[in-house]
Amino acid sequence: MKKKLLSLVLAGAMTAAVVTGCGNSASGSQTSDGADSQTEESAADSQTSDGASSGDTFKIGGIGPLTGSAAVYGVAAMNGSQIAVDEINAAGGINGMTVELNFQDDELDAEKSVNAYNVLKDWGAQVIDGSVTSACSIAVSDKTHEDQMFQLTPSGSAVDCVQYDNAFRICFSDPNQGIASAQYISENKLASKIAVIYDSSDVYSSGIYEKFAQEAASQSLEIVYAGAFTADSNKDFSVQLQKAKDAGAELVFLPIYYTEASLILTQAADMGLDVQFFGCDGLDGILDVENFDVSLAEGVMLLTPFAADATDALTVKFVEAYQEKYGETPNQFAADGYDTIYTIKAAAEKAGITAGMSTEEICAALTAAMPEITVDGLTGEGITWDASGEPSKAPKAVVIKDGAYAAM
Amino acid sequence: MSFAAHLISGISLGSVYALIALGYTMVYGIAKMLNFAHGDVIMIGGYVVFVTVSGMGMNPLAGIVVSMAACTVLGVVIERVAYRPLRGASPLAVLITAIGVSYLLQNIALLAFGSDPKAFSNVVTLPNLELFDGQLVIKSVTVVTVAVSVVVMIGLTLFVKKTKIGRAMTAVSEDKGAAQLMGINVNGTIAVTFAIGSSLAALAGVLLCSAYPSLTPYTGSMPGIKAFVAAVFGGIGSIPGAFIGGILLGVIENLSKAYISSQLADAIVFSILIIVLLVKPTGLLGKQVQEKV
Repeated sequence: MKKKLLSLVLAGAMTAAVVTGCGNSASGSQTSDGADSQTEESAADSQTSDGASSGDTFKIGGIGPLTGSAAVYGVAAMNGSQIAVDEINAAGGINGMTVELNFQDDELDAEKSVNAYNVLKDWGAQVIDGSVTSACSIAVSDKTHEDQMFQLTPSGSAVDCVQYDNAFRICFSDPNQGIASAQYISENKLASKIAVIYDSSDVYSSGIYEKFAQEAASQSLEIVYAGAFTADSNKDFSVQLQKAKDAGAELVFLPIYYTEASLILTQAADMGLDVQFFGCDGLDGILDVENFDVSLAEGVMLLTPFAADATDALTVKFVEAYQEKYGETPNQFAADGYDTIYTIKAAAEKAGITAGMSTEEICAALTAAMPEITVDGLTGEGITWDASGEPSKAPKAVVIKDGAYAAM
Repeated sequence: MSFAAHLISGISLGSVYALIALGYTMVYGIAKMLNFAHGDVIMIGGYVVFVTVSGMGMNPLAGIVVSMAACTVLGVVIERVAYRPLRGASPLAVLITAIGVSYLLQNIALLAFGSDPKAFSNVVTLPNLELFDGQLVIKSVTVVTVAVSVVVMIGLTLFVKKTKIGRAMTAVSEDKGAAQLMGINVNGTIAVTFAIGSSLAALAGVLLCSAYPSLTPYTGSMPGIKAFVAAVFGGIGSIPGAFIGGILLGVIENLSKAYISSQLADAIVFSILIIVLLVKPTGLLGKQVQEKV
């Protein structure tokens, strides 16, 4: 039994070794290894027979939590992506190809995310839009790297989401969010005494906290209390809030997800704690928790690259389309999803992707094209990427006013 | 002052553990089996109240009654279908079945309600107690939970000691075979135990979700495990022990969060459990029962 397992692992390692090469930019596809020649041949066949006829499709596989505790993110990213796909198809597609989007649920579970990826691979996905959350995105990137499929995550913000060369992201990374939050608080003089409540069992939350603490020190912000909690004790926050109150915090920084944040806001109101709350993109979605009293979130600030009430033409058009189609105001994840599709389009046009190319070729070409494109998206103007997969754009903050986001 | 606040929040958390632990210990004490599905019956109780009160606009008290009735039926059905056929089987088989029932309930809830968290409306609408000009706030739900736990603890103790069916339960717990020979309906007695335990679980579910208003299919599992620890801590099978164990567990958890480390709180709680069990294997109020040969 053990021998069998070992031989399986070895066989897997060999296959992986033969198939690697996507990461090494464009040159990788030129010297494409023998193992792929068959697929290339058949791909070439289909190219000659179909040509660039209007029947060609470009298949984008989306992955995100459509149910579960982070469903707000996944559904928004899916809807945002779909709007972009519809717009692109109405305007003639990408290089003449019709775009097809197939979005699969991963329930915020890394294992299910990989299952979703396998479903999409069977469906014939050529690039991956996802996953929407960090841990899932990391799990999927192991697979896309193995298979040499191009991956662009709308909102996977952990550092490791883009550890492979074939993976890029639209959102800020966790360290960048931590740094940007500290800078924003300091520049706008929101507070000098800060308490932090974070989830030490979560890579997203602890990643932001560490960088925030470093940057806060250099911005001469004082962190008077840092209280951690874990996934096993994420119900009662009265101790952390009481300690923050005793320490005289003027602002409580919450680099966490909205489910816990909604409990923290409820408990803070119960104990009469009246401070400024400041969070990152994980708080986005708090207004959509079923049965949540949104007045508790009044005045909460969060760092998010998208505000639905902005007046630029692109945002106005997107918000109108979204409201018409889905009946609600889009959040940041919807905007990330929208930008993901347009970024894929920009890179595909730059790289000259055609219908006959194999997944590996598409991956190599898109990876090479990413650092060369500039995208004017909903989540930032003139977004550019470096080869490591990190975007470069300016952060924005919003405040919750009368149950909706308002720009600051 | 902040010490008092931490103490109160600890009692608030502990009173919920105590209420859950009462149901655990009741079933263990009489049926001599660990009903790991208890935490999930709590979650089902929470969902029933959520649907009836928030969804259908019922009066909260009526909702609680409906929820207790639903959980009583659920508890009896689980006992009849999953546990009774295994009455003669090894304790391990029953334990594994209980874990299976626990996952079954979680997945049914997942299918029926989805895993999106629901914000639960507090059913306790009394005003909070504010002491020292609002520096110290005692939530009304805490007061209610402590009061309910005390009433349940006293009620259960009296029930077991004074009523006929209660004494039948004691007899069944001591020796099933002998009890049957004396004319006690063992299966019926155990079914009643499950009915009481499950209706208490519904009550605990409502108060748990009122104190910490976020309801998911996994809401019951962690509090269920901690309440089990509380029941062992206090001496499993002992009704006052479950109450004391629950309150102590909550207070220790929150004080170690406040004064030692918020990350290590759970580790500290479980270390204390190990120490208590090393020193006094039967728990704080557990009785050393002599095995008769």
